[in-house]
Amino acid sequence: MGKKLLIHNDKVPGIQGLAVYRQHGGYASVEKALKTMTPDQVTDEVKKSGLRGRGGAGFPTGLKWSFLAKPEGVARYLVCNADESEPGTFKDRYLMEHIPHALIEGMITSSYALGAKVSYIYIRGEYFYVARILEVAIKEAYEAGWLGKNILGTDFSNDCYVHVGAGAYICGEETALLESLEGKRGNPRIKPPFPAVAGLWGCPTVVNNVETIAAVCPIVVNGGEEYAKIGIGKSTGTKLISASGHINKPGVYEIELGLPVEEFIYSEEYCGGIRNGKKLKAVVAGGSSVPILPAELILKTAKGEPRLMSYESLGDGGFISGTMLGSGGFIVMDEDTSIVKNLFTFARFYHHESCGQCSPCREGTGWMEKVIKKFINGTANESDVDLLWDIQSKIEGKTICPLGEAAAWPVAAAIRHFKQEFLDIARAKKFVDVSHYNRLNKVAV
Amino acid sequence: MKVTIDGKEIDVPKGTTILQAARMIGHEVAPPAMCYHSKLKTSGGYCRTCLVKVAQGSTANPNPMPKPVASCRTEVMDGMVVENFTSPEILEARKGVVEFLLINHPLDCPVCDQAGECKLQDLGYENGSAATRYEFKRREFEVIDIGEKIKLHMNRCILCYRCVKVADQITDGRAHGVISRGDSSEISTYIEKVIDNDFSGNVIDVCPVGALTDKTFRFKQRVWFTKPVDAHRDCKKCSGKARVWLKGEEVLRVTSRKDEWDESEEFICNDCRYEHKRKSDWVIEGPSPVNRNSVISQNQYQHLNELKVQIMKQQKALGFMDLNKKP
Repeated sequence: MGKKLLIHNDKVPGIQGLAVYRQHGGYASVEKALKTMTPDQVTDEVKKSGLRGRGGAGFPTGLKWSFLAKPEGVARYLVCNADESEPGTFKDRYLMEHIPHALIEGMITSSYALGAKVSYIYIRGEYFYVARILEVAIKEAYEAGWLGKNILGTDFSNDCYVHVGAGAYICGEETALLESLEGKRGNPRIKPPFPAVAGLWGCPTVVNNVETIAAVCPIVVNGGEEYAKIGIGKSTGTKLISASGHINKPGVYEIELGLPVEEFIYSEEYCGGIRNGKKLKAVVAGGSSVPILPAELILKTAKGEPRLMSYESLGDGGFISGTMLGSGGFIVMDEDTSIVKNLFTFARFYHHESCGQCSPCREGTGWMEKVIKKFINGTANESDVDLLWDIQSKIEGKTICPLGEAAAWPVAAAIRHFKQEFLDIARAKKFVDVSHYNRLNKVAV
Repeated sequence: MKVTIDGKEIDVPKGTTILQAARMIGHEVAPPAMCYHSKLKTSGGYCRTCLVKVAQGSTANPNPMPKPVASCRTEVMDGMVVENFTSPEILEARKGVVEFLLINHPLDCPVCDQAGECKLQDLGYENGSAATRYEFKRREFEVIDIGEKIKLHMNRCILCYRCVKVADQITDGRAHGVISRGDSSEISTYIEKVIDNDFSGNVIDVCPVGALTDKTFRFKQRVWFTKPVDAHRDCKKCSGKARVWLKGEEVLRVTSRKDEWDESEEFICNDCRYEHKRKSDWVIEGPSPVNRNSVISQNQYQHLNELKVQIMKQQKALGFMDLNKKP
């Protein structure tokens, strides 16, 4: 049984309320930080913990905090990115729905460390009911004196607001999120300047994922070094994984980083194996935008070592034979899954969600979707595979924000690892249903 | 700050962008730019045609930048080494960007008023390929009047945001912007609003393609049959310095003066642009400088005709086949 720090109390009745949350050790980090630590000490603890951003990029949080510009007389902001829109990722929702105070507590502690008097939780529009849960929690926190003026009798004051977005995927990109929060069109900004220098309303801003902020609480309470003991190498601590797809027990699991992927998929504690006793075909390990990996590469690296759930191990081999931990959206596909069909779903999503600001992404995502649609319709030619490869290579790395990459990587990986499926369709001149194909193979055996 | 672009070194002040530095060196290293406009703040970064490779970030940090950067929005660092035309990777990327810009473009140049002074045409000629690989229906929009004298062909738009920035920065109260998202985004006005102010016509001048055109000039004449002259008049609203496009004695249109990068030098008011279409309204200073490679310079300058005659003579002397002769 792995150690749990974030959602260990999720089944406690009434944990959504402040009273029960407090009984289970809630708001201890605020007490400890405000009464016994300076803001810089809190930042140091976070640095020591080795906590990395849980939103997808995995950037060290302590380092991000230390980049925050601190000019005199200029407000600083903490913004929580709760615009969890990556297909296959639903961990933040689970956390906010079940233990909303964990996020509020993390917001207060982090705001203290950063010197932010105002903090925002930017939540996606589809999570309107979660926003209500958070608002109730914030109201409770205000009434109990955890938010507002002079918290715990100190001179630290903090206000926290929930801002509901309109449900655009692009608003999960930190600068687009800030634009949207300012009331503008959610277009990513051109960096530099980075938000740490000029973010919300042009003031220094830190944007962190829900899980990252919630993880600050156990770090402050137990100490950064204690947190760093969990996990493996530079992947410290625990991570929430949203497991979905063809597994027996889909859901949100908190794992210690460094857990073998094989154990995660097959053990009863976690996913419980592939549904209906089927074989594993492929896994998208970190949300739809990371490269898909076939079964043999997700269980073992190209070098033959067992693949672990950590930033380094999943990234082993680069994109040739590796992938990314990303946001932890773990999508498992069994042997009957058509990778082409799956890719079409992803491509359609990125086409729909492109903001349209820069040309490669605006035009390229739609083009890719149309070409993949040809495979679904069975009208594709073999040359279309090369065309797809070429289009994705011309989007990747040429765009303002990472959405271009997010759209290009799944296409590249599907062609890299499952080219045969595309070619089969192109040669047959009709859509080849993989399940049908597999059944035929079984009969032949 | 010293910066090297395609092997050419230049000393520039702090805060200069790579594109500006390249333009200081000259046309041979300057990357093409569609959405950047030197007179508009925060323009650029959208079209991605000016992507360059930074082979060395600075003297202090000599690592290359991991991805190609938009030169119009990236400031130079001391000792930066930039590759533009010398990098095959960048040429390939630019070719990709041009292809993306063109897949949904109607390619209606034969009936487009911008033809001949269109940046997308130039870009296509320089970096595009002869055939398209796009086999799907192109995106279509209705042609609309976006202002009293401005026509919007959204089909042709490349979403450079220049017109939005003009409205933001030189007029009070922007009435138009980008609506929708992704490849269905379009330039449009707020509900029941039109672009209506004294400087609204400048959106036409900054449009790099034929998306925004002057309704008083539409279908009047191909630009290469007109003769641009620099002229001025006394104007209370603007500097009155404009470019007047003549055909014989007739003033066909008035635009702002463009610099060597085809970007407006000064913005002019609608009064000058639309209301003064007689030659007597203007004090003509002389012919406007026109790029020799531009189609507008055709038939304008005697020396070009002479050159043509000379070349034909040479060809004849070398024994080239005369295509005009009947067999």
